[in-house]
Amino acid sequence: MTIELFKEYFEQLQQADHKSSLGTVRQNAFNAFSKMGIPGLKHEEWKYTRISGVFNKEFKVPFVADVSITKAEVDAVRLPGHEEANELVFVNGIFSFELSKIFSKDLTVLPLEEAAANEYKEIVSTHLGHSARYQKDGINALNTAFVHGGVFIHVSKGKIVEHPVYIYNITDARFAPILSQPRSLIYVGVNAQMKLVETFSTMGEQESFTNQVLEMVVEKDAHAEYYKIQNDAGHSQVSTTHIRQIGKSYTHTVTISLDGSIVRNNLNVILDADHCESHLYGLYLMKGDTHVDNHTVVDNVQPNCFSNELYKGIMDGNATGVFNGKIFVEPDAQKTNAYQSNKNILLSDSASINAKPQLEIFADDVKCSHGCTVGSLDEEAMFYLRSRGISEKTARSLMLHAFADNVLEHINLPVIRDYVDELISERLGYEMV
Amino acid sequence: MNEGLSTIEQTVLSDYKYGFVTHIEADEAPKGLSEDIVRFISAKKNEPQWMLEWRLKAYRYWLTLKEPNWANVKYPAINYQDIIYYSAPKQKVKLNSMDEVDPELRRTFEKLGISLDEQKRLSGVAVDAVIDSVSIATTFKEQLAEQGIIFCSMSEAVQDHPELVKKYIGSVVPMTDNYFAALNSAVFSDGSFCYIPKGVRCPMELSTYFRINAENTGQFERTLIVAEEGSYVSYLEGCTAPMRDENQLHAAVVELIAMDKAEIKYSTVQNWYPGDKEGNGGIYNFVTKRGICQGVGSKISWTQVETGSAITWKYPSVILKGDNSVGEFYSVAVTNNHQQADTGTKMQHIGKNTRSRIVSKGISAGFSNNSYRGLVHMGKKATNARNFSQCDSLLLGDKCGAHTFPYIEVKNSTSVAEHEATTSKIGEDQIFYCNQRGIDTETAVALIINGFAKEVMNQLPMEFAVEAQKLLAISLEGSVG
Repeated sequence: MTIELFKEYFEQLQQADHKSSLGTVRQNAFNAFSKMGIPGLKHEEWKYTRISGVFNKEFKVPFVADVSITKAEVDAVRLPGHEEANELVFVNGIFSFELSKIFSKDLTVLPLEEAAANEYKEIVSTHLGHSARYQKDGINALNTAFVHGGVFIHVSKGKIVEHPVYIYNITDARFAPILSQPRSLIYVGVNAQMKLVETFSTMGEQESFTNQVLEMVVEKDAHAEYYKIQNDAGHSQVSTTHIRQIGKSYTHTVTISLDGSIVRNNLNVILDADHCESHLYGLYLMKGDTHVDNHTVVDNVQPNCFSNELYKGIMDGNATGVFNGKIFVEPDAQKTNAYQSNKNILLSDSASINAKPQLEIFADDVKCSHGCTVGSLDEEAMFYLRSRGISEKTARSLMLHAFADNVLEHINLPVIRDYVDELISERLGYEMV
Repeated sequence: MNEGLSTIEQTVLSDYKYGFVTHIEADEAPKGLSEDIVRFISAKKNEPQWMLEWRLKAYRYWLTLKEPNWANVKYPAINYQDIIYYSAPKQKVKLNSMDEVDPELRRTFEKLGISLDEQKRLSGVAVDAVIDSVSIATTFKEQLAEQGIIFCSMSEAVQDHPELVKKYIGSVVPMTDNYFAALNSAVFSDGSFCYIPKGVRCPMELSTYFRINAENTGQFERTLIVAEEGSYVSYLEGCTAPMRDENQLHAAVVELIAMDKAEIKYSTVQNWYPGDKEGNGGIYNFVTKRGICQGVGSKISWTQVETGSAITWKYPSVILKGDNSVGEFYSVAVTNNHQQADTGTKMQHIGKNTRSRIVSKGISAGFSNNSYRGLVHMGKKATNARNFSQCDSLLLGDKCGAHTFPYIEVKNSTSVAEHEATTSKIGEDQIFYCNQRGIDTETAVALIINGFAKEVMNQLPMEFAVEAQKLLAISLEGSVG
């Protein structure tokens, strides 16, 4: 993909959608993208992840929902518990109302353009694109340059969305290689609650690349949970989740990466109010020639915030893993409490892990710590199990499963937890008794 | 913590105690850097042709490089043409004993409390004192020579042991390594050379006191230590410098080579002028230090206490090439006022069963910034490699910053790497506990800081431990006693 080709697509989009309220936003982002381009290995944030190779290929950048995906085809990717869930479907990065199902009445779902033009104008203009302050690279700008067909989700003050919201990102690569760029902005109002689950899948034999940006604003006394499951074998994605807590609130995220080609997750949590609390969990279990990269940022802007982070990884085959966890404590953020832990197991000599836990602290009255380990399975524990007549394979699986369980137990939706647990059992190659 | 704030103000007011200038005539090169200057330095030192060629090659390579900017430090651009690259105290005759040393110089040392003759007599330390780039006194040399140990200045080594210098110089830190290493390779003025033959345990701690003296003189030291099979050496390096208004550049290179079962212990106490309380002046310390555990079962250990310099930018590293080799890094870095420190280490595990240990303690006060930047790399063949890293930061005051940038890269399944880091301030309960027992806050803070840094201080040889503790106290005087 050359910049010229992107430009061609961009101009087509601007022309086709010239009345859009987001035209200027796109133009500015495209200018930024032209300047920065696709990040290479010289970019510190992309030191271990070679994304530029993906763009050697020519992708189609769709901006009209011209694919015909049937409900039956969506069925194939539905998550358990969908009967009682709100389902939002993106096809090739464009939100599809026809395929989606809004179950809860407390949930307002609008096309992003419409929200930007009407009553939610202020929210959209304040919060859309806030992630660019943290993701200073061409990839983020590229998504914003093509922001079209995105979705705006609004939970009003005091409303509790009882049923979770499932987001399916489907890429239809049956006819051409596709670059899909879903975009969402979520606003969780004062004292509101919601749970989000997101998955990614590709149909067809051609290559797909998903460059997704999800921005979430969490108001005072609100409670938001976000679960991301990545299990799209052979396909690459950059998935940016940007959470900004602008009032004393609680957020909880779990990122599960099980398969893909190059999988990059950016998770930013901005603690922009007094007494915010945030929990970040992650599990990556990769094998084959896959690459997974988790970049997290916890930015403590205001004082008295608490954050806790736990990322665990199991790497097998030729898989490479990257973990970069940043904790920033700004000068005003006194009494910050921030913990971070990253644990990795390497199962094969051709697998590798590059970890960079990073602390940047500008306030003195804080408690911050991080820990990071890389190792293999405990031989003594293995011996214990083996001496009790458990086969080596089962013993290994048991131990790995237990290792993963520390993260899985934080999925607060039982159906989803069981679902992920099953996927992991399957991967580890044994049946849970 | 009002108490804390006021004590920090006191720190800010406390002056650099070692600031004074010795008036000695210096034999200087004109300002600026060119091939002619490189030739001038080489000629001045009466170097053989190969050395000159090596320097010129480095200079030409340096010209193609750009100054790096990735470190977490800020400083005005350095004008490399505004530096004097060679300055030797005028000394026509070679000295045999301390009595012949310029009395003015000796007084300088005495003021610092490290008088050469006293050390010589009392502590049994051989001192190779470097003032402005040329060694002026080397003691205990004969005693060392008996055992076959070569300990001399780099310029002498080039003259007397060219085959050793030629073989090892640039073998650990090649001239192409980085911007400052290339610069150093081109213009290095002097330094220490140390060679321990097979099976010899060096009977005393070897040490060099560096001083930067003449105005506008960049100091480009080059140290090379080679420990042959089964030998042991402990090398001490310490620095103090007089007060200056202009920034001075220091870009040293230190290379260590440990053969089979050899052990090198390298300790540094660095207390160069950190600039005044507004952050004016002070020394830029851009150092490349690296050791290679070449042989099986060899060990290299770096210990450093960094209290001085306006900017410290150094990463003493170990390449663990030999199987079963061990690398260690112990560091205390203290920054105050507007000091900036970006320091850490690199442990490159290449051989099997290699082990490394990193203990880094950062203390920031005033408006300073203190960063730990480290790399632990375990290659595919480095099976059963083991690493433990710990970096703790202590913040005194709310205007300073502490940063940690550890990189951990593991490429095989049998290695184990562990890293942990904490950042905190001195607990009010700890202070209260001391106060309650009649210890005033000032002393209490000093006590806690000392305890915080103990793990590293313990690694220092006796001769240095005392001085290091004094330095720690002086650099944080007012705020931590």
